[in-house]
Amino acid sequence: MEPINEIKRDSLQAFLSAGRRADNRGMYDYRKIVVQPGILQNADGSAIVSIGKSQVMAGIKFDIAKPFPDRPKEGVLSTSAELLPLASHLFEIGPPSDESIELARVVDRGIRSANIIDLSSFFIEEDKVLAVYIDVFILDHDGNLIDAASLGAMAALLAARMPKVEKGKIIRGEYTGRLPLKDKVVTCTFGKLGERIFLDPTLDEEKGMDCRLTLATTPVHLCAAQKGGWGAFSEKDVLELTNVSLEKGKELRALLPDL
Amino acid sequence: MMGGNAGNKPALLVDGKRVDGRGVEDLRNVKIVARVLNDADGSAYIEWGKNKILAGVYGPSECIPRHDQSLYRSVVKCRYNMAPFSGMEEHGRSGPNRRSKELSKVIKEAFENVIISESYPKTQIEIYLEVLQSDGGTRCAAVTAAAVALADAGIPMKDMVNAVAVCKIDGKMAVDPGKEEDNFGESDMPIAFSPRTGDVLLFQMDGLLTPDELAEGFRLARNASGKLREIQVAAIRKVYDEPREERFLVIEKKQ
Repeated sequence: MEPINEIKRDSLQAFLSAGRRADNRGMYDYRKIVVQPGILQNADGSAIVSIGKSQVMAGIKFDIAKPFPDRPKEGVLSTSAELLPLASHLFEIGPPSDESIELARVVDRGIRSANIIDLSSFFIEEDKVLAVYIDVFILDHDGNLIDAASLGAMAALLAARMPKVEKGKIIRGEYTGRLPLKDKVVTCTFGKLGERIFLDPTLDEEKGMDCRLTLATTPVHLCAAQKGGWGAFSEKDVLELTNVSLEKGKELRALLPDL
Repeated sequence: MMGGNAGNKPALLVDGKRVDGRGVEDLRNVKIVARVLNDADGSAYIEWGKNKILAGVYGPSECIPRHDQSLYRSVVKCRYNMAPFSGMEEHGRSGPNRRSKELSKVIKEAFENVIISESYPKTQIEIYLEVLQSDGGTRCAAVTAAAVALADAGIPMKDMVNAVAVCKIDGKMAVDPGKEEDNFGESDMPIAFSPRTGDVLLFQMDGLLTPDELAEGFRLARNASGKLREIQVAAIRKVYDEPREERFLVIEKKQ
């Protein structure tokens, strides 16, 4: 571990053992969240989301694609995330980093496993389906990119419009209505240091903590999870945090556009 | 710049009015907000017509890798990148392509002229340009935003820089082509100026122009450059006149 992270860890430890956080938040409080849906015109759906000083933009694009051979009647859903070099001095130009791939896959998993997009309705004809691309751009990094990215992706999907398809082609700029969605999936990410657990870690907290747990939920189910970092959670932690996530999910859903 | 000449060419100039109602000397609406990011040393967001571009600047900081370092000056690096969702057409591929690499290079070279880089040997200054929505003229808008982000970062420059394209539509020169004029116009000529000295820092051109048309193009571009400079300076001033506690990107919802 870098010396600077060692220092961040000590300071985080000191705060947590006093039952406090550096920005005076409660253990299960989010920073201020702002959601701006539908801010681009060329994208089929879009949003900017900020959680504290972290900012992400998500864009949705529809295309015509070939279905996967094992699911010939289903549309394609593809999620990617880019850690833009302007977002942080920690990000570099180059092929997608491990971090950005994990980020995209966690966002994708929540949306995919809750089946909120009916991909069977994306079938056009033999060997031709609609593909929906979710691109998450990280604009500013102050921790908890997973929650910001999934909130951004969800807000962009909620703002997305279905393209008009004629003779197997998309008519650009013409729409048939909103993209139908079954539920709003949101994620809650917790950090852990020693025995202390806290929601929505900042970048400083991320540098000092042992591990994190991301739980994606629908209003009633846990639908995806990801543990990261070298530390460990107990089974009791996971069960308890699932309940916290279901409760916190209500707050997050209220910030998103209506279904 | 962006597309070919496919499809039927519409009338681009009718009674001195262009497809979007502008005259030949008129710029599209340009709005710049400086300091919209937290981690970057300097940042700016520009809306130019329907173009939406974010610029972020880091530096001067230690130049990495070391073999890129200069003992005499700061090394300027630039990446121009288009978001896969930025265009009207299909989902783009992420990552650099031949076009974006060329633009990154010519934009970098324009700023090498004005940044007082001799003051910071062994360092680098990074300029990152992200096109979030494109509508023709992204390189000019990107240069104009980058200059504001550099100023916001406090990087010493000899002058502000801005850029604008001129085009030839239905045989007449016009400033700041929109996407349709870009696709169907007879010529396209993006120019970046150092407005104080009048130096030309970026210059590209395609199509056919007579020397008289070229001169008229420069006149139109210089005139527009003066207007852009005022918008740039106002954006920087606003950061200090109306300081904001929170920095974040706010994009107005349209249509």
